Amino acid sequence: MDLSVINPILLIAALMSAATPILLAATGELVVERAGVLNLGVEGMMILGAICGFAIAVETGSPLTGFLAAAVGGAMLSLLFALLTQVALANQVASGLALTLFGLGLSALLGQGYVGIKPPRMPDINFGFLSDIPVVGPILFSHDPVLYFGLLLVAAVWVTLKFTRVGLILRAVGENHDAAHALGYKVVRIRTLAIMFGGACAGMGGAYISLIRVPQWTEGMTAGVGWIALALVVFASWKPWRVLLGAYLFGGITQLQLNLQGAGVAIPVEYLAMSPYIITIVVLVILSADKSAAPGSLGRTFHASH
Amino acid sequence: MKLTTLLASAAVALGLAGGAYADGHEKTKVGFVFVGPIGDGGWTYEHNKGRLAVEEALGDAVETVYVENVAEGPDSERVMTQMALDGADLIFTTSFGYMDPTINIAAKFPDVKFEHATGYKRADNVSTYSARFYEGRAIQGHIAGKMTKSNIIGYIASYPIPEVIRGINAAYIHAAKVNPDVEFKIIWAYTWFDPAKEADAARALIEQGADVVLQHTDSTAPQAAAQEAGNVVTFGQASDMGQYAPFPRVSSIIDDWAPYYIARTKAVIDGTWESTDTWDGIGPGMVGIGEISDAVPADVKEEALAMKAAIADGSYHPFTGPLKKQDGSDWLADGEVADDGTLAGMNFYVEGLTGEIPQ
Repeated sequence: MDLSVINPILLIAALMSAATPILLAATGELVVERAGVLNLGVEGMMILGAICGFAIAVETGSPLTGFLAAAVGGAMLSLLFALLTQVALANQVASGLALTLFGLGLSALLGQGYVGIKPPRMPDINFGFLSDIPVVGPILFSHDPVLYFGLLLVAAVWVTLKFTRVGLILRAVGENHDAAHALGYKVVRIRTLAIMFGGACAGMGGAYISLIRVPQWTEGMTAGVGWIALALVVFASWKPWRVLLGAYLFGGITQLQLNLQGAGVAIPVEYLAMSPYIITIVVLVILSADKSAAPGSLGRTFHASH
Repeated sequence: MKLTTLLASAAVALGLAGGAYADGHEKTKVGFVFVGPIGDGGWTYEHNKGRLAVEEALGDAVETVYVENVAEGPDSERVMTQMALDGADLIFTTSFGYMDPTINIAAKFPDVKFEHATGYKRADNVSTYSARFYEGRAIQGHIAGKMTKSNIIGYIASYPIPEVIRGINAAYIHAAKVNPDVEFKIIWAYTWFDPAKEADAARALIEQGADVVLQHTDSTAPQAAAQEAGNVVTFGQASDMGQYAPFPRVSSIIDDWAPYYIARTKAVIDGTWESTDTWDGIGPGMVGIGEISDAVPADVKEEALAMKAAIADGSYHPFTGPLKKQDGSDWLADGEVADDGTLAGMNFYVEGLTGEIPQ
């Protein structure tokens, strides 16, 4: 065993990158669920975002355009979900699962011509001398713009939900849609917008995998990240900062366990392999001891006539 | 867990909807159960190529169906059951983790023939088939040992099963033979297919000094990670992965299932199918060695090709003594060759490898 081969600075930098897809998708889903909608299609929206972002980035040569396309792709797919659940009043669980299946299939179809292509590289943001500061530089100032966007997004969602009128309305719709409706808020419209926001975030999360983390297109490449993001929202008690903590914990321990394996640490590999899941769950469950409950109307169908 | 279960069953329903229109039974119906997507560029991609070859070779006499992304373990039983109920005559289950499910379902459908890849449990209507990938691993190990400058070779392993352990041992023996200082760093990914995780594992290995990365997972993600790093050598796994040639991918192990699939399907049509155990290597062509690129020095390439020829004609066996086990106990005496039984159940490292095999 030789722990000195693990470079903690590179490890932390790697964990931030590894956590970003989960973070983006989970933040989007958090907003959706706070609006009272349970969208289980995160995986489908992510994989569609992954191929939309990849294809557009390859065609235009601009990764940033790719990310925008991924957001649009994810949002378009989520619009289908909104149509099913908000207009046609279909069951949200079934619609969400269908969305995942549809997204996986559609992305495989769209991606046929993109196997084995190398996408344009997204350059890291140039912070000038800041990147040269020892330790802090490589950890904080050597990443791509989307990673910072993810962090800003968490902050923005937190501020919006907690301090703004928009956030209050969104939460009202999520807690009790009948009351919100009685007050004159357009429940369906608000929820549709929230769903599209969630789709856009998930799409960008997917594109982060195909454009930055791997970077290549392979069918089914999100491989379950969407489900982890979904679980994370619940374990984080629908709170943005806890989502951030959970995503970084999960990403961090995943990276750490791979590195520990490489360094030949004498902990049985099975325990290392399960550690990201267990530690993330334990930490978030302990944190959620304050009994924060799920949004009151989560998963319930709304129609003005009911 | 509930969600993935739901998802899997929904996937099954969707995947088999097309198969439900079975017309009478004049065509021989062949089913394939895949562990990853057919576009993974590796393991499942090659199995699907074999399936397409069956369709092409036997034309109207056959009809093939497949379900991709089937989770290993009990979930796969539903997929197999549905295939059998839909009138499949022959079902190929193409991953190690389908072993017990295949045996269970085969017992319920004695008239359906099953073929399980890389396993060791057989029944009257269950054959097993696998390729001697370790022959290719030996050649990879030789090239890797010659190419590494840091003397650290990274290995992304999937699950601790004999097939994977065999590959690690074969690669290590031949790397250490040409480069006694070589060290293997092994990461168990516990997945066959997860591009992000495979890329992360490759990066962790590269950060820890590996300049050659071998993979026993199915996607091309480690190739992309190595390409990004710039000076890291990789090998295609299960498929040629030629899009990453000539560098980082310098060679590859290619699985060629087509001849076997065609032969077995024909046997079902002719009524000559019997439960068999097939384990073929480079010689019969089930294992192919992808073109060794120019990034490999000419003399190394020549040695590698010589080894390939020797393995193919049977004059050289990758597990030839003297070899010791990791704990220092004797395994093979000088000149002794490992028997297939030991290889099939291999659960130990050879001497020189560090770390423990997860149990």
